[in-house]
Amino acid sequence: MRFGVVTFPGSNCDADCRWVLREVMGFETESVWHEETDLAGLDAVVLPGGFSYGDYLRAGAIAATSPVMLAVRAFAARGGLVLGVCNGFQILLETGLLPGAMLPNLGARFRCEWVRVRVERTDTPFTSRYRPGEVLRMPIAHREGRYYADPATLERLEAAGCVVFRYEGENPNGSLHGIAGIRDETGNVLGLMPHPERCAEGILGGEDGRRLFESMADWIRTKRREAVWQRS
Amino acid sequence: MRRVRVVIFLKPGVLDAQGQAVATGLRALGYEVEDVRVGRAVELALPDGADVEELCARFLANPLIEEWRVEEG
Repeated sequence: MRFGVVTFPGSNCDADCRWVLREVMGFETESVWHEETDLAGLDAVVLPGGFSYGDYLRAGAIAATSPVMLAVRAFAARGGLVLGVCNGFQILLETGLLPGAMLPNLGARFRCEWVRVRVERTDTPFTSRYRPGEVLRMPIAHREGRYYADPATLERLEAAGCVVFRYEGENPNGSLHGIAGIRDETGNVLGLMPHPERCAEGILGGEDGRRLFESMADWIRTKRREAVWQRS
Repeated sequence: MRRVRVVIFLKPGVLDAQGQAVATGLRALGYEVEDVRVGRAVELALPDGADVEELCARFLANPLIEEWRVEEG
């Protein structure tokens, strides 16, 4: 099983993601430069947090034009797992791999704190290790986390069960429907504002993010077994 | 060569947190303001036949949340 972590100019959580995947989880993990066009051999791609291109124009807008994003789009279409965290989520929105857009937080403040997040669905490749309705403690660190979509899109997201994580209690950014993370309709692309890689070890004050990566690994193993059966 | 200025704002229905913060600052200084909205301006020099609307919709603005106007010269 092989994970790739993309580095854009201005990414700053890429090393944290690699640390967790490689050292904490024990997965084979490689760095992927934003000019890369070939993602062959990877089972999952992580778009990490940070400030790609200094958040110029709109958060994630310039990174969305990177060569690697064409490859990520094709990778997702082939069924590969794509996880976008924070700025990675913003990039997925700007690329159109996930619907909607991010606006500056209500109050126009950068919020860096632990929040509570409810797991809305456990039938996804990213959340199978959680319990339905479980409330997690995860850190956020963003200025543009107010998820926005027009009413028709929101309705479709809710009806299709695409809202995977929702803020519990206080909504830290004014996100519509308290949305903290969504998946696409095929289910293999997930974006979320909280940072699971910052809460995957007890020494960092929490381990609730760890099962997200374990869920991904379970899903990849299951898919591989299915592929073997189909061949035999 | 054609010079244009693209002025981009959040759509009227979308709450502008930055505008609200600026309004708070103005009121703190004693100014009476009803509403403030903050946008951004992008100046471009382009070939005469360039499709400015297309590049605005595709990149300079996000049509889900923003609207824009193009000023010539």
